[in-house]
Parts: sequence; structure tokens; C-alpha cells
Amino acid sequence: MSRVGIPRSLFYYYYYPLWKSFFSDLGVEILTSAPSNRHTVERGIELAVDETCFPIKVYLGHVAELCREELDYLFIPRLVSVEARSYICPKFMGLPDIVRALIKETPPLIDITVDLSRDEKCFKKDIIRVGRLFTRQASRIQLAYQHGCEELRLCRSLASQGFTMEEAIKIWEGGAMEAEPETDLNIGVLGHGYSLYDERISMNLVKRLRAMNCKVLLPEHLGSEVVEAEAATVPKRVFWTLGRKMLGSALHLSQREDVDGIIYLACFGCGPDSLIGEIIERKVRDCKPFILLTVDEHSGEAGIITRLEAFCDMLRRRRNCGSESKLSPYGVSLHSFENTV
Amino acid sequence: MKVSFPHMGYLYIPLKTLFKGLKLEVIAPPPISQKTMELGVKYSPEFACLPLKINMGNFIEAMEQGADTIVMAGGWGPCRFGYYAQVEREILQELGYDFKMVILEAPDSRISELLLQLKALGEKVSVREAYKAIRFAWKKLIAIEKLEKMLEYCLPRAVDKNHMETIFERALQAVDEAESQQEVEKIAQESLREMEKSPFKSAEVLKIGLVGEIYTILEPASNCHVARCLGRLDAHVSRSIYVSDWVNDHLFGGYLRKSNHKQIMQSSRPYLNYEVGGHGRETVGSTVDFARLDYNGIIQIAPLTCMPEIVAQSILGKVSEELEIPCMTMYFDEHSGAAGVYTRLEAFVDMLQRKKNLPSSPLLLEARA
Repeated sequence: MSRVGIPRSLFYYYYYPLWKSFFSDLGVEILTSAPSNRHTVERGIELAVDETCFPIKVYLGHVAELCREELDYLFIPRLVSVEARSYICPKFMGLPDIVRALIKETPPLIDITVDLSRDEKCFKKDIIRVGRLFTRQASRIQLAYQHGCEELRLCRSLASQGFTMEEAIKIWEGGAMEAEPETDLNIGVLGHGYSLYDERISMNLVKRLRAMNCKVLLPEHLGSEVVEAEAATVPKRVFWTLGRKMLGSALHLSQREDVDGIIYLACFGCGPDSLIGEIIERKVRDCKPFILLTVDEHSGEAGIITRLEAFCDMLRRRRNCGSESKLSPYGVSLHSFENTV
Repeated sequence: MKVSFPHMGYLYIPLKTLFKGLKLEVIAPPPISQKTMELGVKYSPEFACLPLKINMGNFIEAMEQGADTIVMAGGWGPCRFGYYAQVEREILQELGYDFKMVILEAPDSRISELLLQLKALGEKVSVREAYKAIRFAWKKLIAIEKLEKMLEYCLPRAVDKNHMETIFERALQAVDEAESQQEVEKIAQESLREMEKSPFKSAEVLKIGLVGEIYTILEPASNCHVARCLGRLDAHVSRSIYVSDWVNDHLFGGYLRKSNHKQIMQSSRPYLNYEVGGHGRETVGSTVDFARLDYNGIIQIAPLTCMPEIVAQSILGKVSEELEIPCMTMYFDEHSGAAGVYTRLEAFVDMLQRKKNLPSSPLLLEARA
């Protein structure tokens, strides 16, 4: 039985159910790396060039961990585009090449190219090419892929019921659902899934908020039609898939009566976020309290907790005082001085 | 309508000519200065890359001088540049400026669409006049690049480096002011001859390839004048990107002249096998090409957090090892200090000179004394 390693990082959180079913149906054993921990981070930092963003460093740590296992193949997809006329981030497009350049001894890589920006032809060919590594029957490969897509849909519908993708994957794999805690605040939480759902990178942001009696609303809970429709209201279509999702979600959340505040988690040095975060902040700050949390490998947990506590306190006081003013939490005076050029 | 545009190297000269040819009033932003940087940094998103911040400074300064229309390029990702104009417009509007922003969305390989966009800008021009304007601007661009390449060759070899730079600057200004194609050609010929005739040293010089992100390579103000500094340190610098190549490949679909773009892409294999946006793949491909041409070293420059260049940098280590060519990466942002940049350049050049058993450049000896 062949063994394929899948790093528990980056698009693991969006696509793992698909790839797991696909490979399992072809009779392949799947091995994932452990959830991100101190060692993964340290190894990733050692391998990557300094300027790389935190999630990619963590990813390299996961790959290095898998390289120590007995594997026939390592699954490192080249994610160019997962939908028409959109992209992920340039770093995802070079991922297999980065891994080859930075890590000396790797098992053979399955570097399937996912580029749906124009059409699906090349991708379908690549799926068959990958399947051929394990079976000769093209029909079996196609069935496995279709099954994978179904499982992914199932997992996403699980997530839409109020879970993070990470939790949804656990439930999908047979784990138990956790009871919903009592809540008095509704907070929209945005960020790239690979930083938000990785507990090391986000420092448990979602769970911490829940522990503070908040109900967390994630882009996965909002329904993609609503999100896309909101995102289409800006003058130029955002050409990053995740950025557009984030912008649409932010616009939708900012108009909802039941949402108390919005938190945006960004990684230091993230290219798309540096512009999308700015646009979101400009659009949201007049309607809802908003904070942008920037994290990297140097971020301390205490600092994050303090800011989350302060944010929740502020939201509760705002509501309890009955001050229904739409005053931005930035206050007016903070920004007024900038207008005097 | 008073049109302005962002600075990128000497591109302002052909752009001014182009807009004048379209019968528009042009207000070029003042040359990039400390003030430009400060304004740009103050009003831009903190984590945006340096070119956006400099753009913002340019726009604010141009509007202070009376410009009311900004022409800016667009694009469709994955590099951030494609979304620059959108963010810039939002910020400028909030600052209270009254202006129109014309965004030329680069229509890959469709010259007709670009012509239409340009013609829509010029109010009362015929297609013939628009074509003439483009041709004249292109002539100026080519003349400037000839001068630049000559300077890159002559500066490291010249005895009197100040004199060489003076000829270049003077020629640049004359090309800017030239009113006809004949005049441009005459200025270029004379200046090139003058540069060639200046006294040269006989010593061998280093050859360094300059690769990286297009704006940082073309705009000296964004890179602390890396290319000039290297020239003054007796290194012959070849850049991987010239404006005309970009215009030819991306706007004119390789229509104007033979392009070596395909060759560069081919050279990037097997190190980088797919497009990564921006000029990431070109950076790797050019590095391989420079190594094959026996260059002594490579310097990669880019704005801090530039995504495609980080991919390239991750891969350059392996290229450097396998092709045995020293590579150095330098990132620039508003905090880059000239002295720190020069020190690194001096150290790199010094290392290459020792490796090649060349005598140290007098400037280095002076610095060491």
C-alpha cells in the first residue's frame, strides 16, 4: 500500500476532505503531520527565507516533519487558482518549487497544478496523471475525484452550521460535536483560513472568543451567494479568492443588526491583506467596531488576549450603556487630524 | 484637463510626450524627494509595498500643483499592483481631492484596446494623431534606454565618473525637451559618441546582473541608486528589465520587436516551473541566464514583502549553489538607509573582486583607509 503525506497546513483547511477521499479510494494510505506546534514553527523558520510570511514558514515546518516519515509521495499541490479569473497568492503558485529548493531530501512530490482561472481541462488531465501513479483505471480515478468533491461539500455544509473548518474536518472524520456555549455577543471573525484555523498561528482566536461568551461568525457560515453579491459592490472585482471572500463577508457583517463587532486576523507581511485589510477597514469602521490583529512568529499570546478582552468589554459596555450611537470605536478625533494636510 | 501620472524611472519623459501628443495638458509630478516619500508613507496602508507609497506621494504632489486627472495602470493579479489604483483612489478621495482617475487595465496583447483607451483620454485627436504620439514617445523611450545602457557600460570603466554622469543627465534633459524625432536621434548620437570618447581605464571590470521587481529596478529613488553605486564601484551592471521590454511584451504583445521573454521563462526551469505573478519567474530565469553568460554576481532587489520576489528569493539559493554564482537579495522600504545599502554593496563587490583576483576599486581603498 502506497503512503502519501499531506501537510496539515495552508489549504489543508479548505480541501483536506477532497484529497483524503480521493487518495483513499485509490487505495492509498494518508499520513498528515501533527497540528502546528513549537517544533513545526522552529523548523519552518530555519528553512524559510526571512521575509516569507508566517503561514508559509509553518507549512515548511510541516513538510520537514513529513519528510522524516517513510513516504512514497508527498502531496504539495501548486495552487494557482481555484475559480475563474481569481488567484490565491503568488507564494502558493511556487510552493512545490520552494519546497524543492529549500528542503534537500524529500520524497517524490505530487505537484498537481490547480489552475481553474481559465478552464478545467489542464486540471482534469493532472488529476488523471496523479491517479495513474496508483491505478491504471481512468474511470476509477474519475469516480474517486467525484467522491472527493462530494465529501468536501458535505464537510463544508457541516462547517456552515457554526463550526470552523478545522472542527468540521474533525467531525467529518468521526469526532464528536462540542456543545455550543452560552453567548451574549456576536462577533464576525475574518482572516485567511490557513491562519484562522491553525491554532498555533491564530493563537486559538476562535476558541478564546467562545470562552469569552462570544458567538463567532465565520465566512463559512454566511453563504457564498450573499458574500459574492456583497463583494461585487466594489468598483473593481477583487482578484484574490480569499480576499474577495473576506471583503464580501465584512460588508455583509457590517450591515447586520445582530453583529456586535468584527475582528480581522492578518499575518504580518501578507500581500493581499495589506490592501484588502485597508479597504475593509475603510468600509466597516463607520458601521461596526473593528480591529485588525496582525500576528507573526513573534506575537505573544498575552498581547492578543488583552486586546480581545478589551474589545469584548468595549462591546458589552457600548450595549449596556444603551449608547446606540454609531460612533466608530476609533473615535472622531483620531482621524480628524489626518484630514488637515 | 490637467493630466498626471506616477513616476517610474525615466518613464516620465516618453509619457509627457505621449500626453502632449494627445493634446492634453500635462503636469508631471515633481522628482521623487524625501517629501514625496513622507507624504506617501503618511497616507498609505502601513503594510503596502513601497511603490504604492511612492505613487501616493507623486499623486499628492502633482495635485498640489494643479493636476486634476491621474492616469494609472491596472492589472488582474496575482501581484498587488493590479489593485493599487483602487486603494489609491479611495485614499485620495478621503483626503478631499477633486480629481478623475483613469485606469488603463493592461489588455494583455491587445494593442487595439489600449489605443482606444488612450484615444478616449485625448479629447479631440484622430487615430492618426494618436498613432503619431505613440510613435514619438516610443522613439524617446528607445533613445533613453540606449543612453542608459551606454552609461552602464561606461561608468565602471571611466576615469572621470562625474563627467560621465553629467553627459548622461544633460542628454536626458535634452531628450525631454526635444520636439521632433530627428532632434531626439541627433541628441542620442552625439551623447553616445561623447561617452564613448571619454578616457577609460584599462583594468578589467566586474559584471553584475541586477534582477528583481520591475519598479525597484527602474526607479532609482526606490533603491538608493543601486545601479549607479555599483557603476561607481567599478562594476558593469546589466539589468534584467528595461521599460521598452515590458511595454513590448505586455502592451504590444511582442509586436514591436523580437522578445527574449520566452527564453528567460525557459531558463527558469527546472528551478521555477510556473508563473508566480509579477516578475518572480523572470528573476529566476534571468539569474540563470546571467550565470551562463559568466557574470560575476547577481543582486536581486525588490520592495519589502513583495510576494513574487520572495518566491524567487527562496529559489535563488539553490540556483546560486548549483550554478556557482554569488547572489545577494536586498529589500527596500521607507526605512532603507542609503549608508546601510552602500555598505552592503561595497562588501558584495569587494567579495567578488577578491574572488576574481581583481584589484579593489579606488573608492573601496579610500573607504578602508
